[in-house]
Amino acid sequence: MNLRSSVDIITEWDIVAARQLGRNEAKEVGFGTVDQARITTAISELARNIYLYAGKGKIEIRQITDGNLRGLLVIASDKGPGIVDVRKVMEDGYTTSGGLGAGLPGVRRLMDDFKIETVLGEGTTISASKLLR
Amino acid sequence: MEEEKDDRFFQIMSDKIVESIVREFGELMISSLTEEQATYTAKLDDFSVQIVRYGWSISFVLKALTNFTEIIYEKMDEAEYLNEGNFQSHRDILTNWITPLNHSIVDAYSVVWEKTVSLQKIALQELSASLIPVFEKISVMPLVGTIDTERAKLIMENLLHGVVKHRAEVVLLDITGVPVVDTMVAHHIIQAADAVRLVGAKCMLVGIRPEIAQTIVTLGINLNDFTTTSTLQKGVEQALAMTNRAIVEVNI
Repeated sequence: MNLRSSVDIITEWDIVAARQLGRNEAKEVGFGTVDQARITTAISELARNIYLYAGKGKIEIRQITDGNLRGLLVIASDKGPGIVDVRKVMEDGYTTSGGLGAGLPGVRRLMDDFKIETVLGEGTTISASKLLR
Repeated sequence: MEEEKDDRFFQIMSDKIVESIVREFGELMISSLTEEQATYTAKLDDFSVQIVRYGWSISFVLKALTNFTEIIYEKMDEAEYLNEGNFQSHRDILTNWITPLNHSIVDAYSVVWEKTVSLQKIALQELSASLIPVFEKISVMPLVGTIDTERAKLIMENLLHGVVKHRAEVVLLDITGVPVVDTMVAHHIIQAADAVRLVGAKCMLVGIRPEIAQTIVTLGINLNDFTTTSTLQKGVEQALAMTNRAIVEVNI
């Protein structure tokens, strides 16, 4: 089964649309309230990064299966400037926008699996997934 | 319009209403031919507003108008009225006739939408952030709904103004109604609390739901400088304690 849906991130309110979608999908897969909050927050962080740093992009949410476990895969992609130092953005407290610098490292902790692909000047794709246990 | 009879809009509209609109449209068309331009324009605008009020979708109404144009062509064709020579001039006449009609309908719809959006924006802003003095020296700001950059600014302003105005010593920020606390929301809350501290009051964070507490910890957000409680009630009790007061039961 591979259900997918996506939200284009262009304005700040699209972030709300993206996490609403994420919450509904998480509910459908059967995640509990805590995991729902985790997934929604992770989507919120990823969507806000797109909005802040790339201007526009897309959040895609897929229902996945791994063995007999169900789960959710979140893919955030943009054609923005890319990330200069991936190791640095994964450090707690590193920020270029005056924020808390907890976004990406936070997302990694909120989800089970976390991957960044980034090319300078071409864009960034971040995929993060969580399985229902 | 009759052509679209199988459309779902007709299934939920009573025949009577449909008939009255069709009749009105007919009268409008006659008016456009017989009456002065100004009278017709006023009638047209009234008609458009009424169409909007019926709640028909704009695509449906525009489709109906296109169909109407096509039918006129067909009828003229059937009557063998059109020929190579007069086709161009008749088409111009028809275009000049139908285009204002389309514009009027689109205008009426967009005006209604714009009004709805701006009203909702105002309504949202009114809901946004009000500081409520509950006891002497203690004020509460309940936050409900999504916090975006604009609202965060408003929260900060209202909070600081309110603290000074109500001479609050303790302010309780209630986030029970905030669906997601991500790093940005947390950042704004922390900044607001810092600012409150600068004007000489203490800020407490109350209404932290269990799942929100877990995500805050996982995100690694440091709220150690805050006094936090799970419910507003406990928050108020603590705030009273901070200002050397307590609620006691009395036996009369």
